[in-house]
Amino acid sequence: MELVVNSLKFIANSAADVLPIMVFLFAFQRLVIGSPIPHWRRIAVGFLFVVVGLGLFLVGLEQTLFPLGRLMAKQLTDPDFLQAITGRGIEALVWQDYYWVYLFALAIGFSTTLAEPALIAVSMKAHEVSGGAIGIWGLRIAVAIGVGVGVSLGCYRIIDGQPLHYFIGAGYLVVIIQTSMAPKIIVPLAFDSGGVTTSTVTVPLVTALGLGLSEAVPGRSPLLDGFGLVAFASLFPIISVLAYGQLAVLRDRISKSDPDKRDKPEEDNHAL
Amino acid sequence: MKESLHALAKDMLTSLRDLMPVVVVIGVFQLFVFQGPTGQLTEMLAGGLLVVAGLAFFIFGLRLALFPIGEGLAHALAKKGSVFWLVTFAFVLGFGTSVAEPALIAVVAEAAIVAANAGHIASSPEAMDAYAFGLRMTVAFAVGTALIVGVLRILLNWSLPIMIIGGYMLVLLLTSIAPEEIIGIAYDAGGVTTSTVTVPLVTALGIGLASSLKGRNPLTDGFGLIALAALAPILFVLLYGIVA
Repeated sequence: MELVVNSLKFIANSAADVLPIMVFLFAFQRLVIGSPIPHWRRIAVGFLFVVVGLGLFLVGLEQTLFPLGRLMAKQLTDPDFLQAITGRGIEALVWQDYYWVYLFALAIGFSTTLAEPALIAVSMKAHEVSGGAIGIWGLRIAVAIGVGVGVSLGCYRIIDGQPLHYFIGAGYLVVIIQTSMAPKIIVPLAFDSGGVTTSTVTVPLVTALGLGLSEAVPGRSPLLDGFGLVAFASLFPIISVLAYGQLAVLRDRISKSDPDKRDKPEEDNHAL
Repeated sequence: MKESLHALAKDMLTSLRDLMPVVVVIGVFQLFVFQGPTGQLTEMLAGGLLVVAGLAFFIFGLRLALFPIGEGLAHALAKKGSVFWLVTFAFVLGFGTSVAEPALIAVVAEAAIVAANAGHIASSPEAMDAYAFGLRMTVAFAVGTALIVGVLRILLNWSLPIMIIGGYMLVLLLTSIAPEEIIGIAYDAGGVTTSTVTVPLVTALGIGLASSLKGRNPLTDGFGLIALAALAPILFVLLYGIVA
């Protein structure tokens, strides 16, 4: 019963988020374009599905994944748990002792990204406009690897206490080098991947992990060190998606080791 | 009707597959690391079903509504040929979807507390509300501006890598002079504005626009709006922290 009430509440919330956007789009079409929306009935039904779907998705996450994930993040960073695993007190721990945290960050970053609706949407579009050359799963797995590695490295940063902008600066240096070498068609998509990952599913869990860590590790403050994981989760997918593009080109070159192909950079764009 | 039901059923199966990795990860950690109970099984199962159904409904609605309406409007605006309306549309879409975003409202409230604790503003409710409101408007304005710049980029064929990399270099520069407490909020602000409903609409806008202009490739020119929408709030919030 409580679940039904909760579901209705979440659906009402998502309606409040989506309806103003829908009204704006319909009004703009009517007043500026000056014609009714083509197939407006189908679009209205689609909006209904978006509203109900988003509401159910969030209530389900609140019911299952979020409490469990938050609990695990808390347990993994609990000084008692760390002591039980390493046999030493929290003050005596070095960064290697937090291996469960890194592993959990990697796994949870990877798996929640695969379930991220905004990323599914972008992959569907990329697949469509590339004429099937960019695989829906290829792109999503590339992004998910980036988020997993990024969050894991972000946890290491919190534990070791290095400044955030060293990592971000170094990361963007890698991005600059890759951008100059990667096939052109993957570059805008790679940059977009950074923004897409930080939405519904990944952020609450990753934030819980960051806050838990910065509370547990001696000398860290949740206000100053707890953030930054989201920044890692947006930077590393750019690197991994660019690498995905570079790998596709490399594979293509090896499979047809015809020497004249190498001098034609435009060939690269068909390799993905 | 029968076709739609078939598509919906297929979306359900796909959603189930999309969510499997999370279930496996949580399950494995629960079993092998914590060796604890997994909570109430029936509640978990009901919640899991809602997640699967919700994701399937969302994807179904996405194809039915968000993608067609975003692309349709982009085509219609390109055909109309008015840069003014195109830019207005982009700004209102960016500003409007961000300003009411619940995640953003939560982040700016947090930011006001941090700023009050640090002594940057008075810790009265009025001062904190004013600070939070200013921050919220800054972020929404940043997203609107980012979409204007992004749309102009598609029209005028500017280089995306130069804009993004230049932008992040500016972010790093501003990070070194901004007050320490604003940095976390700024980096988070970039993430909270790209919500699940905004992303498909904005993507459809870019692709629709690039595919209706001559000499533009939807793949190389259509993408990139999200990247700008994630970058601009970081920049603007850092500036807000320096100025305010």
